[in-house]
Amino acid sequence: MSSHPRKILMSVSVATLLGSAQSAMADTTVRVMRVEISQVEKDYYAEIAREFENSHPGVNIELDYLSNEAYKSKLPTLLQSDQRPDIFYSWGGEALKEKVEAGFVKDLTAAMQDGWQARFPDSAIDAFTINGKIYGAPLYVTEVGFWANTALTEKAGVDVGAIDTWQDFLDAVTTLKEADITPIVVGAKDGWPMQFYWGSLATRLAGQQGFKAAKAGEGEGFAAPPFVQAGEKLEQLAELEPFQPGFMATTYERASGMFGDGEAAFHLMGDWDYLPSKQRSMSGEGVPDEDLRFISFPSVEGGQGNEATYGGLNGWAVTRDAPDMAVTFLKSLLSLDNQREAAKRGIFVPIVKGAEKALTTPYGRKVAKDIDQASYHQTFLDQDLGVSVGATVNDISNDLAQGVTSPEEAAERVEEAWQFR
Amino acid sequence: MITSSYSPSSWRQRLRRGRASGRLSAVLLLLPPALILFSLFVILPLADAAYYSLFDWNGYATPSDFVGAENYQRLLGHSTFHTALWNTVQLVIVSLVVQLPLALGLALLIYRKTPANALFRLVFFLPYILAEVAAGLIWSFVFDGEYGVTAQLFNALDMESVYILADRQWAFAAIMTVIVWKYFGFHMMIYIAALQGVPKDLVEAARLEGAGPWQIARHVQVPMIKHAIVVSVFFALIGSLQIFDIIIPLTNGGPSNSTHTIVTYLYTFGLTRLKIGFGSAAAIFLFVIAMLIAFFYQRHAMAREDA
Repeated sequence: MSSHPRKILMSVSVATLLGSAQSAMADTTVRVMRVEISQVEKDYYAEIAREFENSHPGVNIELDYLSNEAYKSKLPTLLQSDQRPDIFYSWGGEALKEKVEAGFVKDLTAAMQDGWQARFPDSAIDAFTINGKIYGAPLYVTEVGFWANTALTEKAGVDVGAIDTWQDFLDAVTTLKEADITPIVVGAKDGWPMQFYWGSLATRLAGQQGFKAAKAGEGEGFAAPPFVQAGEKLEQLAELEPFQPGFMATTYERASGMFGDGEAAFHLMGDWDYLPSKQRSMSGEGVPDEDLRFISFPSVEGGQGNEATYGGLNGWAVTRDAPDMAVTFLKSLLSLDNQREAAKRGIFVPIVKGAEKALTTPYGRKVAKDIDQASYHQTFLDQDLGVSVGATVNDISNDLAQGVTSPEEAAERVEEAWQFR
Repeated sequence: MITSSYSPSSWRQRLRRGRASGRLSAVLLLLPPALILFSLFVILPLADAAYYSLFDWNGYATPSDFVGAENYQRLLGHSTFHTALWNTVQLVIVSLVVQLPLALGLALLIYRKTPANALFRLVFFLPYILAEVAAGLIWSFVFDGEYGVTAQLFNALDMESVYILADRQWAFAAIMTVIVWKYFGFHMMIYIAALQGVPKDLVEAARLEGAGPWQIARHVQVPMIKHAIVVSVFFALIGSLQIFDIIIPLTNGGPSNSTHTIVTYLYTFGLTRLKIGFGSAAAIFLFVIAMLIAFFYQRHAMAREDA
């Protein structure tokens, strides 16, 4: 072989090396991955990204969105590939812990020390603290409650404002059924929407101490009485057949649109559903605000967690090998101004202290107040208990709703999954 | 380049054995690619899965929590896995009892080369060409209890609409319908190709002897295409074991895990729940079943073929 082609090869490879080095200096791309959201929220992130690109020449912010189910199932694989995002959306809890322990997540403890940490309430930082180190930055807080369509409830003679206890709620369902109105819409095909019932009930019954004890494996763990009772309460509701026909084949997105179309009086969902439900409705307007109420999950007699809220404390985590620019961008994304802007537009209830004052909708203000007054905030079980146990909780909720499992068996299955996690 | 030193005598011998060495170099040239590909994409992943199945591992980093046969014990004791096994068996039965006879019957009707038959062939073969996920999505609209074809049917009859895919009783029957619809065209094509190879004078002779179409099919054509039937049964068996991508868009294994097959089970309980060790155990289980079926089938059905 003559040396001539080799020379060419050499020069080509040197050129590519130089080229890539130059472009690396010129451009940093920060890839952000998040669960699919409303267009309003997408525009909000796009604006922030554009502003950041303008003030940081050579930085590229890429925003990727995946549908909820796809995001949850793809992320583990993505994190292990070189296609991994630099910043990814996270619900905290055990699910984040799994990723941290596998060494995929950047430790932000040091980066938080320059006053960044002080922007957030301690409880929010706690949610992203794992083994004493901070592995994420909170973005917003959500509460699960009943979205109610008062046009329908009033038609049936139900006073939404008077629903205080679980029994009140069951009575309301019965009254609605008698008036031939579908009481509740639920997207059970996805699993987690039905889990909001079991999760909310378990939060009401077990309370913070009950969950702590169950996680620590004290007594019967997740097979303890409060968790069995949560199943019994859900069974009580299911026996009234309150859901829309074919609820097991309905996705969350569709259920959200159906509520927007006024097809049911109640939808147990997070406060984030305000805009999506309008967008997914036929008219695009959803339930008009004067007929729309958001009420807290009813209290349960003898429950240990009637002062608690159930919902999310969602935020962002940064992957281990992400460029420093990713952290810089995250700081700017979570600035007081940007959080205020989100509150003003009614996108979410912000977590940075002081930003909640900018909330305009009564729904957002109610959530901020609830969270503020709550004794503690239980995060989503399908995230808090980890992916595998979470999926089991989703399964048993759906099984209870269809009457194919008993409350005792359901609680035992959760305990078994917890042992095996 | 392979260089080696030969003594002159052996070199002459090698020349004389030109044909044999030709075979040798052909072996040396043609075997490695196949072997490399096979070991890279079949043997190695299999060994990996077997290894992972002995660990409790969430798929992150490297497996470290050795649990021995615990994954297998949990798998065999899991009621959802029993459902998945039973569903897979049902698929096999429906394939053999409904799908293949349907494919054979249609093949007998349209195997002759006429323009009309060409059109029928195309129509019957279309479902097979469709991507599985697309087929699943299309049928999920068909079965939709609100806007779907079923809904319109029930509405036309003034009956309460049925949500087939949300019904534990009927969801899997619906899935089996879709699978039969999707794959019968493939088997039909195998039979058509074989039927066209049946000597015409045999059929003609039978007809002159006074045999009706039914008798001709039974005593002449079907025995003559036995080898094709044996192959298509084999495809149907192994195919039933591997059904996955139709189920995900239709029911995603629901309602409450009643419509899993072995593959959707291992995907749901292994991959999506980050129980890679557990999922690997299910995969190994599936592999063993597929191997056993292939082995015994080859040995019995296919061996008699050669005899």
